[in-house]
Amino acid sequence: MNATKAIPLQTKVPWMVVFSVSWGSLRRRIFRSLITMIGVVLGIAFLTYMLVNDSIIRALVAMKDNAVNVLLQKAGVDILQSGTDTMMLLLIGLSLLTCLVGIVNAMLMSVAERIKEIGTLKCLGAEDSFIVRTYFVESSLQGVLGTACGALAGLLVGIAVNVVGYGGFVFHAFPWLAVARAELLAFLIGSIMSVMASIAPAYWAARKQPVDAMRVEE
Amino acid sequence: MADVILKAQNLSKVYTMGAEKVYALKGVSLDIIRGDYVSIMGPSGSGKSTFFNIVGGLDKPTEGEVFMDGQRFGDLNSSQMAWVRCHKVGYIFQSFNLIPSMTALENVSIARIFSGLTPSEARKDATAVLEQVGLGHRLHHIPAELSGGQQQRVAIARALVNRPEVILADEPTGNLDLRTGEEIINLLGKMQKEMNITVITATHDMKMLSASDVVVWIQDGQVARIANRDEVKIEVGTIDGNTLA
Repeated sequence: MNATKAIPLQTKVPWMVVFSVSWGSLRRRIFRSLITMIGVVLGIAFLTYMLVNDSIIRALVAMKDNAVNVLLQKAGVDILQSGTDTMMLLLIGLSLLTCLVGIVNAMLMSVAERIKEIGTLKCLGAEDSFIVRTYFVESSLQGVLGTACGALAGLLVGIAVNVVGYGGFVFHAFPWLAVARAELLAFLIGSIMSVMASIAPAYWAARKQPVDAMRVEE
Repeated sequence: MADVILKAQNLSKVYTMGAEKVYALKGVSLDIIRGDYVSIMGPSGSGKSTFFNIVGGLDKPTEGEVFMDGQRFGDLNSSQMAWVRCHKVGYIFQSFNLIPSMTALENVSIARIFSGLTPSEARKDATAVLEQVGLGHRLHHIPAELSGGQQQRVAIARALVNRPEVILADEPTGNLDLRTGEEIINLLGKMQKEMNITVITATHDMKMLSASDVVVWIQDGQVARIANRDEVKIEVGTIDGNTLA
C-alpha cells in the first residue's frame, strides 16, 4: 500500500460559478421556475392588495368629504373608526398566512424534486456549502423576481378595485407614502420568506449522505 | 507485495426497520488491487450495492473501516470526503444520474470545476473527454436529447474527467440494450487499460465478466467467493453451474 498522504480540504467553488449554475438551472427549467414563481406572485399579490387597499381606504376616510363618505358607507366601511379596523387586520393577517404557505410550498417543492440531483452533485465532489449557496442564489432570484411581480400586481389590482368603487377620489387623496411602505413591506416579506423557505430544505438535503439523497423517489 | 488501493475491513451495515434489524452487510473484508477490473456479482438484495456505496464513500458502514490508498475514510471530515469523491473516485450509475437541466458539456465540466479549475479550463477538458468517448458531436445536448447509451457515455466522461484512481460503476449496463451494454463494457475496459484505473462494478451482467480481472460474489451480506477471471467457467445463463439471479 502507498504511504498515506494527508487528504486536503475540497476547493471552494467561486460565487461566480455558483451564480452561473443557478442561472442556468433557472433558464433551462423556465416552465417549472415560472410555476414556482407564480406561487410567490399570488401570495405577495394578495398581501400587497390588502395593504394597499387598507392605505387607500384610510386616506379616503381622512378626506372627510361627504360624497366620499357616502360611497365608503355603501361599501360597508366604518368611517367613524380611525385606523385599520379589526376585520381588515384579520384579512391582512390571513393574507400574510396564505402568502407564507404559498411561498413555503413553492420553494419546498422546488428543492424536494431535485434531492436526487443534490446527491449526484455530492458524488461529483460538491460540498454542502456549494449546494446551499446554489439554492440560495436560485431561490433569491426566483423569490425576488416573483415578489416584485406580486407587489406590482397587488398594487395595480388594489388601485383598480378602489377606482371602480370610488372613482377619481382615489387619486385626489392617493396615499403615496403609505402605499410605498406597503410595497416595501410586501417586498421584504416575500424576499426573506422565499430565501428562508428554500434554504432550510436545501441545507437539510445537503447534509444527507449522497446515497440517501439519491435513494429519494422522484 | 500487491498494491492495494481499496481495503474494506469487516464492513457491516444494519438498517433498522421498525423493531426489526436488517443486515445488508455482515463483516465483509476485501482488498482491491490497483489497476484491476473487479466485478461484484450477487443477486438482488445480496448487499452488493451497499458494499459498493460504502467503499465509494457514498455511505457510512455501521461497523468496520474502508481505506483508500491507506487513508481511513472514518478519519476524514465532510470537506475531505468531498475531495476524495472529486479527485480519487469516479461514479457511474445504472440510471446515469445526469443533471437534466445541464448539457452534456456542462454535466462533465461541473465535475472538473469542483476540482478547482476555472469554467473555461473545465470546458476545455470536458470537451476532450467527451470526444474521447465519441460524443464530440453531442456537446450541447441535454440528457433528454440523448439515447441511453449516449447518456451513459456522458456519465463515463464525467467519471473520467478528473482522472480518478477508481471508477465505481453500479449496474452500468442495467438500463441499456445488449449491443449498447457491450459498447459501454468495452469502453470501460479500454479506459481502465489506457489510464490504469481500478474499475469496480456491481453487476448482474455476465458480459461484464469477460472484461473482469477479479470476480467477487456477495451473498446474504457476505463474500461468498473471490475468483480470478481465468478460474470462472461461464456458460449461457450460468456461472460455474450457478444460475444467475
